[in-house]
Amino acid sequence: MKINRYGIGAIALIAASALALTGCASGGGSTDSTASTASIITANGSEPQNPLIPTNTNETGGGKILDSIFAGLEYYDAKGAPQLDVAESIETDDSKTFTIKIKPDLTFTNGDPVDANSFVDAWQYGALFSNKQLNSYFFEDIEGFSYEADSPLTGLNVVDDLTFTVTLNEARSDFPLRLGYSAFYPLPKTAFEDMDAYGQNPIGNGPYKLASDTAWQHNEKIDLVVNDEYTGGRKAQNGGLTIVFYASEDAAYADLLGGNLDVLDNIPASAYSTYESDLGDRAVNQPAAIFQSFTIPERLAHFGNDEEGKLRRAALSMAINRDEITDVIFTGTRTPASDFTSPVIDGWSDSLEGADVLKFNPDEAKKLWAQADAISPWSGTFQIAYNADGGHAEWVDATANSIKNTLGIDASGAPYPTFAESRTAITDRTIQTAFRTGWQADYPGLFNFLGPLYATNASSNDGDYSNPEFDALLQEGSSTADSAEANDDFQKAQEILLKDLPAIPLWYANVTGGYSETASNVQFGWNSVPLYYEITKS
Amino acid sequence: MAGYILRRLLQAIPVLLGTTFLIYFMVFAMPGDPLLALFGDKTPNPALLEQLRQQYHLDQPFIVQYFLYLGGIFRGDFGTSFSGEPVADILARTFPVTIRLAIMALIIEFVGGVLIGLVSGLRKGKLFDASALVVSLIFISLPIFVIAFVAQFIFGIQLGWARTTVSTGAPIQDLILPAFVLASITFAQLIRLTRASVIETQSLDFVRTAYSKGLSRRRIIPVHILRNSLIPVVTYAATDFGVLLVGATVTEGIFNVPGVGRTLYQAIIRGEGPTVVSFVTVMVLIYLVVNLVVDLLYGLLDPRIRYVK
Repeated sequence: MKINRYGIGAIALIAASALALTGCASGGGSTDSTASTASIITANGSEPQNPLIPTNTNETGGGKILDSIFAGLEYYDAKGAPQLDVAESIETDDSKTFTIKIKPDLTFTNGDPVDANSFVDAWQYGALFSNKQLNSYFFEDIEGFSYEADSPLTGLNVVDDLTFTVTLNEARSDFPLRLGYSAFYPLPKTAFEDMDAYGQNPIGNGPYKLASDTAWQHNEKIDLVVNDEYTGGRKAQNGGLTIVFYASEDAAYADLLGGNLDVLDNIPASAYSTYESDLGDRAVNQPAAIFQSFTIPERLAHFGNDEEGKLRRAALSMAINRDEITDVIFTGTRTPASDFTSPVIDGWSDSLEGADVLKFNPDEAKKLWAQADAISPWSGTFQIAYNADGGHAEWVDATANSIKNTLGIDASGAPYPTFAESRTAITDRTIQTAFRTGWQADYPGLFNFLGPLYATNASSNDGDYSNPEFDALLQEGSSTADSAEANDDFQKAQEILLKDLPAIPLWYANVTGGYSETASNVQFGWNSVPLYYEITKS
Repeated sequence: MAGYILRRLLQAIPVLLGTTFLIYFMVFAMPGDPLLALFGDKTPNPALLEQLRQQYHLDQPFIVQYFLYLGGIFRGDFGTSFSGEPVADILARTFPVTIRLAIMALIIEFVGGVLIGLVSGLRKGKLFDASALVVSLIFISLPIFVIAFVAQFIFGIQLGWARTTVSTGAPIQDLILPAFVLASITFAQLIRLTRASVIETQSLDFVRTAYSKGLSRRRIIPVHILRNSLIPVVTYAATDFGVLLVGATVTEGIFNVPGVGRTLYQAIIRGEGPTVVSFVTVMVLIYLVVNLVVDLLYGLLDPRIRYVK
């Protein structure tokens, strides 16, 4: 539901006169709490879906808290480049065995030392099958990992207090890049005594710590204060961080305008057309590491892995007017895609060979579709499935209309009521249409956008795409130690995807946000979360 | 009287069992796997998924799940949410907030609605009556979320009289604006109901008798007219309590009140069976108690109504 400005004005007038008539205008006490807590930054968040255990948190609500209270081997700076945090060095000769040295004399906020065992024990815990950790797949490349039974990670070996080695099953050139992700954070010894209790009151080693053992007020907020013992590159420049949990983005946005919130990292869709005039130069709109597409499974009739399928996929892609949809539907909060990754990722390119297929080209689209029809005539409706609880209806309808108008075929959206329902149909492969897909990167690397999604039998390969050439290039890129060379291989792999189009790239989601007049030094990280530690407040 | 209350309380038991069963069944029948949604757009490993299913008993048939849940309740264990918090704690934290909000709304609605309705009824056809009619029409036709957004925009952002959302602990001064919004859904109905009831009572014999006895208006209006007009109004206000709890879901979302409505909404979206069922059960319980209290109030308002046997 979108209320435009005129609508609001009209309704406001009626309501105001109505309230005046009945004489029941409320005079709620305005509580301005900025005076006493000037340097505490308040930011928006959502109630974590899981206990605050690094290996069991896979969503942003809990993730932004963990990133603030933990320091891993490395962290990502604003550009997404990894910087050493706890680690002194991460070395390898073959991208298969890594030697990791930790800085000396670091402690958790309860005094426990941060040593090689803090990492190795935490990773063993996170990977163990019976611990059911949501992030266990991050350890799947480490020797000894099993999805079927409890089996220790034999690839982890403690050399001395401050040194350990990691051996992978096969070479993974981007493994060091992954180490800034929260699944790889260390845990203090006390955590293992009672993991349930620890998850409610986690003890970390990061720039912030929980204000007290009841700092996590469920469904309301979490209070973090500065951890003075933290010595890494993310030293807090403010007096603390309070993350307020909102049930809706609209409420958070109202709070930003009302002066109760300092930083907001998600503008609600209802404010897309007004937020830039509301906030002026305090509005943020920049590409993020979120890629959106729709996937056409190969098992659908007319879309098999053959000449006809490829023609039809290319025709569909060229029939979509991405510029117009991102402009009109998203008012510029999406950026049309020119590959399968994201512009914030190192190695991204907008001039891959074959990227023309992502440009709106109605004549060529019609031609290719006619060629496909010559092989086997088209009948029926082209449908794109989506979950109706996620605000996708508008763009799916616009995309379907674009296809319909260009190719002259029936095209429409196919809504599923809930996200759970659509994911179930996709996962058990009962879905018989194309479907919406999206990917938010866990760590800033090209491989993360390609391997899990399009490699043969990969976990999130929902369209069951398989191309040995593509797999070989991924493998080659992964085993190359040099990151520029690796990116080169990944780009070649992408060029294959642009021919096969297992998914039709649509656009990159931007991070849209804003901050209050009193906040400054607000910078958004590669993962769309503000770098809270840098923010200052006057 | 005591026997009557006891019977009413005993009647509540089958109602409760029936509602928990129905709600549990509805949550169970909701299509889609809530655990899959926990992983977002990523597809989890099947073996991991199977383990999580076992943890939340989602691999069991419906009836087994239901009895496991019911058995837990009798041991005082309402289950845990996906974030690891016992549902009993969530209940204890959120219900006081929503009940505070609902009572505030009920008071605003009742005082405002009855007063305006009474004056309207007494001055039938005059200017006040006409404007009250217009105002109540506007409120009846506006959906609550429109009123909520507009109120938040005007009083929270433009005028700055109230906080845009409710701060931690939901203090009373923060709840005033949401309470007014919440009251507005039923407030207008109450004006019209009171007005109609007052007009009807005014023309009854005992009121004319009171006037002809020479009693003052100050005595006739509260004691003779108002008291006798209140019976339908009280019934309505009680059924309203349910409407208020439902309306709280919308209001709490917009004003970010950490109460029942917002938590319940989130739990439904996440498919957390135990949380949803426990919340609805307690809501049903409150509804039953409120209705009992109303039935007892009748006796106070109209001594002719007696509860025997």
